[in-house]
Amino acid sequence: MIDRRDYPLIAVLAAGVLGMLVLSLAWGDSPVSLPAALRDLMAGRHSVGAIIVGQLRLPRAILGVSIGAALGLCGAVMQGYLRNPLADPGLLGVSGGAALGAVLVFYTGLAGLSAVLLPAGGLAGALLAVLLLLGLVGQGGTLVLLLAGAALSSFAAALTAMAMNLMPSPYAAYEVMRWVMGSLTDRTMTDVGISLPGTVAGCLLMLTTALALDALALGDEVAESMGFRLRGLWGVQTRVVVGAAVAVGSCVAVSGAIGFVGLVVPHLLRPLTGHQPSRLLLPSALGGALLLLVADAAVRLLSGATEIQIGVLTALIGAPVFFHRVIAMRRGQS
Amino acid sequence: MTGLAARGVTLSLGGRRVLHEASVGVAPGEIVGVIGPNGAGKSTLLRALAGIQRPDAGVVMLDGRELAGMAPGDRARRLSFLPQEEMPPPPMRVEDLVAFGRLPHRAARDEARDRAAVARALGETGLLDLRGRPGSQLSGGERARLRLARALAVEAPYLLADEPVAALDPAHALAVMASFGRLAEGGRGVAVVLHDLTLAGRFCHRLVLMRDGRVAAHGRPAEILTDAAMRAVYGVTVRRVGDAVVPWSLTDGRSEEKQVIS
Repeated sequence: MIDRRDYPLIAVLAAGVLGMLVLSLAWGDSPVSLPAALRDLMAGRHSVGAIIVGQLRLPRAILGVSIGAALGLCGAVMQGYLRNPLADPGLLGVSGGAALGAVLVFYTGLAGLSAVLLPAGGLAGALLAVLLLLGLVGQGGTLVLLLAGAALSSFAAALTAMAMNLMPSPYAAYEVMRWVMGSLTDRTMTDVGISLPGTVAGCLLMLTTALALDALALGDEVAESMGFRLRGLWGVQTRVVVGAAVAVGSCVAVSGAIGFVGLVVPHLLRPLTGHQPSRLLLPSALGGALLLLVADAAVRLLSGATEIQIGVLTALIGAPVFFHRVIAMRRGQS
Repeated sequence: MTGLAARGVTLSLGGRRVLHEASVGVAPGEIVGVIGPNGAGKSTLLRALAGIQRPDAGVVMLDGRELAGMAPGDRARRLSFLPQEEMPPPPMRVEDLVAFGRLPHRAARDEARDRAAVARALGETGLLDLRGRPGSQLSGGERARLRLARALAVEAPYLLADEPVAALDPAHALAVMASFGRLAEGGRGVAVVLHDLTLAGRFCHRLVLMRDGRVAAHGRPAEILTDAAMRAVYGVTVRRVGDAVVPWSLTDGRSEEKQVIS
């Protein structure tokens, strides 16, 4: 899965992630000495620096890395499995399910009771969407999967819009809107605790399909003849769908919908990894983490009185890549 | 007992019966040609032999073991399958695409052996000069050779190839059949679906003639490519060039000029 030819790329991306991680811990409105704050944090001393770094910046940075990596990896796996360079994690309808779950928590007023209920609602929505998706797809192939995902997405979007439409107070509707746009601001270690286990488990499950994705580049029959089981309980399709859904659901539950990372990152890195699906996975995870950390830094840098939501920023970066793709395809055809 | 054999295999697809109690075998060291009209069940027979499609009734045995009971990885190292249709190749290097043929051997982690197998497959298919070219830039015939190279790189004891020469010019078609000949001389078993009766007659040790999902006849080419069988199964008359037969005209009552199909 890790090819010797990709070592330089992986090293550069990893260094970038590490650099941005340190920057996002060290830099902020309040000047804090990072080494001193980390020492206090380790020793359990409740200094101002330790509180700012440990409770504000650290969860945000961890989520930036884990969510970015999960979205990047998930995009690479989905594009490889569906053999479609425009596939992205949102395609399964799981992000839509998570968003709906969270919006219902707002709608019912449960959000005011405890901070845990919002991400928990998102996670429940995502899991329900996965179960529905698996039930809908059954032993069907990739086309059935795409159609089922599209149906689930639009249904969840319609229900979300209806909930916003009927929202009792305009303030709640505004809160929901901001949440749906995606953000890493003010996330706590509780959010990390809710998000991280599913994100890691989902990513590990997706990584088990790496070599099968290579074989699938030649078609289903070739992959099967090379000993990869595509359908069934431990089949490649189940591992891709469950892995992607659990990872993305766990991310969206705490961050809201952050679009385009899963689409853009694998797309940009593919030519650098020889267009081989398995070689794209690790660089995409690192690239996703890097992009989200950079986008989050940009959010902090650019925001004045009103914070720009990170999902808006990633979409602003992502859409031009789509334009480029369309123009390149048109040139290729004419 | 060695060999790959289907015994009484019956298989339905989408409610339609595609194979009726088909029995065929491939022994190490022989090339078995599977011939018959379109829709006769040749590809399904090959898929059943490859273990990709499970028979509704009957068994496929591989060297004395039932194929359905084998672990998929074990099966993949013993049987290499070249389907009739494949995805158009991604823009990966030809060499890397051929190296996918080594995926069944991934657990062994023997890079030197993998590299040697890929080099042999590239040489055998005449793709050494194109090894660095993106697969997406190959011509139709080059793609067909690329697919064959991937199947050869598995270096499995049995190769099942579904119409491997359909997209090839005569020189490359002959080269592919000759490379099957070398595989057989080396002790491998080859089953190949062919529409070219001339190649089938020249290169195959035995032929299986399929019709409507059944094995209509099997035996040495001279026993199978008879005027009567060709008329009955394909509806054509044939002419003979040496040992080979050439389909010459349709058997209905139209004038001979319009009937030439070869």
